[in-house]
Amino acid sequence: MKKLSYILAALVGLSMQFAIAQTPKGSILIKNATVITVTKGTLENTDVLVQDGIIRRIGQNISAPSGVQTIDASGKYVMPGIIDAHSHVALDVVNEATAPIVAEVRMKDVVNPYEIGIYRALAGGVTVSHAMHGSANVVGGQNATLKHRWGSSNPADIIMQDAPRTIKFALGENPTRVHGRGNGIQPRSRMGVEAILRNGFSEALQYKKRWADYNAAKSQKGNSMVAPEFDERLQTLVDILDGKIIIHCHSYRADEIYMLINVARDFGIKKLVFQHTNEGFKVAPEIAEYTMGASVFADWWAYKFEVYYSTAFNAAILQKNGAITSINSDSAELIRHLYHEAAKTQRYGGMTDDEALAMITINPAKQLGIDDKVGSLEVGKQADIVIFEGHPLSSYAIPQMTFVDGVKYFDIKEDKDDQRQQVSATEMVEPIMLTEENHRCMQDTEYLFETANALFSLHNH
Amino acid sequence: MQSIYKTFFAFLIALTPLMAQAQIDGEFVKPRSGKFLLQNATVHTITKGVLSNTSVLIENGKIAQIGSSIQAGDAEVIDCSGMVIYPGMIDSGTTLGLVEVNSVAETVDYQEIGNFTPNMQALTAVNPNSEAVPVTRVSGVTTVMSIPQGGLFPGTAALINLVGYTPDQMYAGFKAVVMNFPSSARRGRFDRRSDEDIKKDNEKAQKEANELWEKAKNYHELTSKGATLEYYPEIAQLAKVVAGELPLMIEVNAAADIQNAIKWVADKNAKVIFSGVDEGWRVADEIAKAGIPVLTGPVQDLPTRQSDRYDAAYANAGKMAKAGVKVALRTNDSENVRNLPFHAAFAAAYGLGKEEAWKAVTINPAEIFGLADQLGSVEVGKVANLIVSTEDPFETRAQIMHVFINGYRIPLSNRHIRLYQEFLERSPALKKN
Repeated sequence: MKKLSYILAALVGLSMQFAIAQTPKGSILIKNATVITVTKGTLENTDVLVQDGIIRRIGQNISAPSGVQTIDASGKYVMPGIIDAHSHVALDVVNEATAPIVAEVRMKDVVNPYEIGIYRALAGGVTVSHAMHGSANVVGGQNATLKHRWGSSNPADIIMQDAPRTIKFALGENPTRVHGRGNGIQPRSRMGVEAILRNGFSEALQYKKRWADYNAAKSQKGNSMVAPEFDERLQTLVDILDGKIIIHCHSYRADEIYMLINVARDFGIKKLVFQHTNEGFKVAPEIAEYTMGASVFADWWAYKFEVYYSTAFNAAILQKNGAITSINSDSAELIRHLYHEAAKTQRYGGMTDDEALAMITINPAKQLGIDDKVGSLEVGKQADIVIFEGHPLSSYAIPQMTFVDGVKYFDIKEDKDDQRQQVSATEMVEPIMLTEENHRCMQDTEYLFETANALFSLHNH
Repeated sequence: MQSIYKTFFAFLIALTPLMAQAQIDGEFVKPRSGKFLLQNATVHTITKGVLSNTSVLIENGKIAQIGSSIQAGDAEVIDCSGMVIYPGMIDSGTTLGLVEVNSVAETVDYQEIGNFTPNMQALTAVNPNSEAVPVTRVSGVTTVMSIPQGGLFPGTAALINLVGYTPDQMYAGFKAVVMNFPSSARRGRFDRRSDEDIKKDNEKAQKEANELWEKAKNYHELTSKGATLEYYPEIAQLAKVVAGELPLMIEVNAAADIQNAIKWVADKNAKVIFSGVDEGWRVADEIAKAGIPVLTGPVQDLPTRQSDRYDAAYANAGKMAKAGVKVALRTNDSENVRNLPFHAAFAAAYGLGKEEAWKAVTINPAEIFGLADQLGSVEVGKVANLIVSTEDPFETRAQIMHVFINGYRIPLSNRHIRLYQEFLERSPALKKN
């Protein structure tokens, strides 16, 4: 018996090793570039040495160890791989819109490594994306943090296995529309959204207590207590309360943002990031004091009523008030030029180069809990790197090469145009899409709105 | 006692105007016309080169003088040392002013019911006081095409300047009947028609377009011979295209549709402009050969096909221009028309080049719209649509310092800026007191 468990343990250990070792790691020496580390300044005529997927040295006159390829990046800019804290790229399904709380569903179950959007994001310098559940539910599903290891057919390969768990929450128009208006159940208003949250967490506390009572009783002699029924949904809420999961909450209006801050404080939840957060600027001091900040659009507004009172200066106001601020895409199109979106904080609010670039690198890394691994060019970090022609904040900048773990997945000069990995055998004619699927926050809820307005619902975020 | 009350009331009434005043803090800055001298800038004329240390005099809404030693006289002098002057940018395709909040149907005025409504006038529904107008113009976009959307012939588009309080004040002198050319493409992911249905819909639309054109032709022939016909405003409007009084702006995107559209217009003798033209790069030579100008964009857009190179949309304008097509750019946006300079920058970087990209948002649309004598460059006699910037306005970090439209000095304020001013340092901040 003991022998068997040893063998089993060894097998489990081996398979884990296999799972981790499976993704490719590269070695490369990038020479003579302007290296924008984001966290440690910008270095002229500098080399970056990557070995086995890790940044080993940053400095001058580094020579290539044997077998390590050298790239001459004279006149070019090198920066950390861009991180998109809000994306739906590489997801087959986005919304499980069947209940106000669906904490048990996981986006890692619907990751599609064949999606061309991954390559297109790489072509825009994006190496990590936060593949999120949609915004149909107050408490949505658990998100997946992806590393864009384009070319693998295994979904597990493009999931960043060492990233912490995160979960999608959503406030305001989308959950009230789907549930209140669509299904005739709470929440129909922002009052109901708060009630769903407080009721959910209170129920989770009771669930946690039932298990605690049971576990305590188990060790008592003569105990006849029956184990509580396992409930994945409530257990996930317990994990949030225990600080094991970072909340990423779709939100727009200041009142609802403030509401969630209060709910989180009442329940002792500290790992909270706001998404979109168009009116975040109105409660910037509160966001800075009590949360892990906000991930916002550079300039989107007015596509729905709750973003009508927005400002493109949102990111600058949040940043100057001390909130961790990132710029995200939520779009298969925008994800391709986040460097340009970040630059908009210079037009709208005069951010410095490092402040602007932090919003698409180290700041989203902090919000995803991966800032010890990626988000800046520092020795010891994973080698997610982009090489640009032109300064990345110039509107004329063009990404040239993108590396994940030191492996090159995009090269503007060498790559063939058609990057599809999978072509449908039954599709006689390739479809032509005039407006590509770049707005997916409410995808898979269309059936609820079979009206002339169906189109509008698709353009909501 | 009563007299005390009376005196008190009299006092209150006398005070009323003062009290009303007291509730208003500060003064509203309005667009202001006058004589302005923009002094000592680098002037990018677009049509006549780049002039350093040059001044521009604005008078009566027009560019009155350009030179290095203009006497200020009674003009208001604005020092533009170290800055650049460009003509105001023209966005050749938007729904600006036709929609306030896209998800709120009550505020959406760009689409009518019906497939054949060419007589619907965008200019009627343009809201001069839309919040998006001041948000747009501080970016240096001074003039936009506002375009009805929807059916086969959804309406008549109009070019507007972003200053004024009535559509007539905004109108910039160009209208076109819009046609959505029968499409063989999918509108998007949500378009779940079968290939067969798409083909059928396409054939039906082609047939309908042909029939409507025949009717309009007959209408025109009969009326030009003096016939009085029954009231038929839709056909009457399309007949203006037949007569050459109004151009036809054809929205067409898929390569095969572009080829069909070229064939369709070949024998029609109408003034034709193509818009959209997403897949123009596939058939650029044919468009050039047909001599049809193109209003294309958005540039920051996804490729139409999965197999396309990732930068197909970025590179489209450049490839068409290289083939000899006259290209103007559009955002196809409403609230974010302000991004036109960035779409232009992307087109420039991916093959169009800076100079051609500037033309594509200034003189090219002016020429396509037949307004080259009024808009699209910094030249004496043209409408004073001008922008002053710290650097190339296509650069994201550039700060637009002054905007003039129709000679009006535009206040550099809008809701986005006011919210910034109010909330950058909120009061009260974190604590209640």
